[in-house]
Amino acid sequence: MFRLIVILISLGLAASAYAAESKFVPKPDIGKGGQCVEDPQWMRKNHMHVLKHQRDETVHEGIRDIKHSLKNCIECHASTKDDSVIAREDSFCVACHRFEAVKIDCFECHSGTRKSAWLQRNAK
Amino acid sequence: MNESDIQRRQFLKTSVGAAAVAIAPGMLLFDMAHGKADSEAVSGKVRWGMLINTANCADGCNDCVTACNRENGLSGGLSSTDSQWIRKIELKDMRTGRELALPMMCQHCEHPPCVDVCPTGASFKRADGIVLVDKHLCIGCRYCMMACPYKARSFVHGPLHDQNPDVPRGKGTVESCTMCVHRVDQGKQPACAEACPNKSILFGDLNDPESEIAKKVRSEASVQVRADLQLNTGVRYQGL
Repeated sequence: MFRLIVILISLGLAASAYAAESKFVPKPDIGKGGQCVEDPQWMRKNHMHVLKHQRDETVHEGIRDIKHSLKNCIECHASTKDDSVIAREDSFCVACHRFEAVKIDCFECHSGTRKSAWLQRNAK
Repeated sequence: MNESDIQRRQFLKTSVGAAAVAIAPGMLLFDMAHGKADSEAVSGKVRWGMLINTANCADGCNDCVTACNRENGLSGGLSSTDSQWIRKIELKDMRTGRELALPMMCQHCEHPPCVDVCPTGASFKRADGIVLVDKHLCIGCRYCMMACPYKARSFVHGPLHDQNPDVPRGKGTVESCTMCVHRVDQGKQPACAEACPNKSILFGDLNDPESEIAKKVRSEASVQVRADLQLNTGVRYQGL
């Protein structure tokens, strides 16, 4: 029994090491990263619902909680190199969406740049 | 119920009243200084409006327009495909020769014709009276542009880049003056009102009897443009 557990654990470790190194999985530049507003695994699956809910509340009711706002996503996840979530192939939004072939049009209107960087660039 | 119970009730009633009096002025100050809290929905108790004094609006001054363009990321171009959220209009009465200048933008009607005609519900009026386009819903049909008696709305014809993070704008949607809703929600003034060197744009809550704008419309004559349409605009003019 003990031997079986050891084998299973070592298999599991090998599998996770393989997944971490796989070249088939997108590796987005997560920017500053840090503690996400929700559990990261949950966010991977549900971020679109969160954003859509927040957007309707903000546009129609003026509720501007930053926690689930697109601006807050960008604040943490814009690349530390170019302050953007969309500028490169491995940018935070682009990397996975390209991999999954899901075209998003958020950034045809919304800025993909961190606000502080935008303000600095457009300071008059 | 005995005597002491009645006294106890009386004491509780007065102390609650005293607490309310003590708290209420503080709340009022907070409201005026910071606007609403971020997590709070806008309320129908507020009606944002503007009072424009044409007597102070200087001929040739364009500061409100440039401030609007900078705040909202408009190009400032004047061709038929460029967005204009606010325009400077110069008028002349041909009989008397009297000239005057005024800024013209979305009048934020109480009964907005743009909202009536919108087939998708993209054009809407917020509870606090600001008329907006939800660009997530806008299909770019431009009925609202035809319905607006003030020619206030513009259509975005080409792709845009590097928008202000606070002001999303994009190709294929209709847009207009938002009364700088992103600033108003933070308790700030719209960019045009802040930029006017002669303070001829007064912004405030028409429903609050103590606000500067409410006092002024109460004491001085002002008119709505095309008042005959009975749209009850939020923007009023003096000296037309």
